[in-house]
Amino acid sequence: MNLLNYLINGLSLGSVYAIIAIGYTMVYGIAKMLNFAHGDVIMIGAYVSFFMLVNFGLGFIPSLLIAVVICTVLGIVIERLAYKPLRQADSLSVLITAIGVSYLLQNSAQLMWGSATKMYPINIISGSVSLFGGKLSIPYLTIVTILVCIVVTFALQWFVNNTRTGSAMRACSEDKDAARLMGINVDTTISITFAIGSCFAAVAAVLLCSAYPAVSPTLGSMPGIKAFTAAVFGGIGSIPGAFIGGLLLGIIEIFSRAYISTQLSDAIVFSVLIIVLLFKPTGILGKKVSEKV
Amino acid sequence: MLKVNDLVVRYGMIEAIKGISFEVKDGQIVTLIGANGAGKTTTMHTISGLLQPYSGSIWLDETELSKLPPHKIVREGVAQCPERRRVFASQTVEENLLLGAYTRKDKNEIQKDLENVYGLFPRLLERKKQLAGTLSGGEQQMLAMGRALMARPKIMLLDEPSMGLSPLLVKEIFHIIKDINSQGVTVLLVEQNAKMALGIADMAYVLETGKIVMSGTGEELLNSEDIKKAYLGG
Repeated sequence: MNLLNYLINGLSLGSVYAIIAIGYTMVYGIAKMLNFAHGDVIMIGAYVSFFMLVNFGLGFIPSLLIAVVICTVLGIVIERLAYKPLRQADSLSVLITAIGVSYLLQNSAQLMWGSATKMYPINIISGSVSLFGGKLSIPYLTIVTILVCIVVTFALQWFVNNTRTGSAMRACSEDKDAARLMGINVDTTISITFAIGSCFAAVAAVLLCSAYPAVSPTLGSMPGIKAFTAAVFGGIGSIPGAFIGGLLLGIIEIFSRAYISTQLSDAIVFSVLIIVLLFKPTGILGKKVSEKV
Repeated sequence: MLKVNDLVVRYGMIEAIKGISFEVKDGQIVTLIGANGAGKTTTMHTISGLLQPYSGSIWLDETELSKLPPHKIVREGVAQCPERRRVFASQTVEENLLLGAYTRKDKNEIQKDLENVYGLFPRLLERKKQLAGTLSGGEQQMLAMGRALMARPKIMLLDEPSMGLSPLLVKEIFHIIKDINSQGVTVLLVEQNAKMALGIADMAYVLETGKIVMSGTGEELLNSEDIKKAYLGG
């Protein structure tokens, strides 16, 4: 029963990683950059929802929606101000800029809201389901987290494969100039990508803080790095890859905490990444597109 | 009518196009011929807006294309079938064709054009669910041309359609270019295969290191001694 319990906890944590990883993977797939400020957008989402819940006394859904709107706008603004001017620059400049944006967001948060950890209200989604005559109890929050992850992943996958904008996104990810020749506005497409990624970051923020209720300016760093790992693990650029990578990472983390060592769990998670990349450098679902010329 | 006036294009300090002017009248096939590095592709990219002119201007009828971004130039009726085809390898043949119609909203007409393209290139119909990256070079060329047609352009820019294809396929492709033209699409064709290009062109311009060194009807240039020596192998 313990095993099942850990598995469910792993899936729940992994779901949060997966939602964040999708933001990384989409931005990488289309803008060909690693947005290391992504984790800090989560942090902003966490603070916004915190203030909505605590200071304004709003409910769960309104707080979530406001966080989503603010993070989405923030994502677009970051892209326009920090990354768009570097469209022709080499990838190292963009990477350094992303790290700079990350510090800017963390320090701004510290300046505005202080460095002390705030306690996120934990009873937003309370209660649990009992199974097997009370031997297994699954919190509603866990169920909601897993369901949200599945729904947003499939919705996004459908969007990318079946809509005109999705098709434009795939075209941009392959060949931007060829996409321009189709009449696709590449800048707009990149903005939409950042908007979707940041919107997902807000959702992840609320789910993450509901489970781990400590809000601080560096809150986004660790989940950000882990989700990035999950995206690479699954094959960066692939949405199903981010989904699978996130879930696996969550499960590995919870299992190593439970059965091996709490202190070593992060080290184990990253070691697994290294081992996977040694044998399959493109990640689980990553593939090299072979092309006849 | 497409008009290029005193166009200069630079890459940093290097002047790739050194002030060229030419025009493509409605319904014509006009070709730019020249060796590697003459500036043919640079000219095409500048017309499509992927490159900015340093000076000079490009007009399509009353619209100054050289002031517009690439995605708006497509909406003005200029579609390019780029050098080395550049099909979207991980999308299917049909998805590629529909991306060609990205700027259009007229669903029924898009469906008609899709059928028209499949009529011109029956092999694309056979392979419509296949990923474009798995097609042969000739099929990819057909796909790239079909994709450009899907924009229902006033003028189609064709950059090196014969590149890397067998002589038989080159013949087929040039036959189709004439068909496309007879459907009312103006064609600006860039080619290294001067003989084939001059054979179908109403007007031709010879580009040498960024300058137009000669012009005339396709037939005039085919019979010119200089052209024979430089481009047609004696």
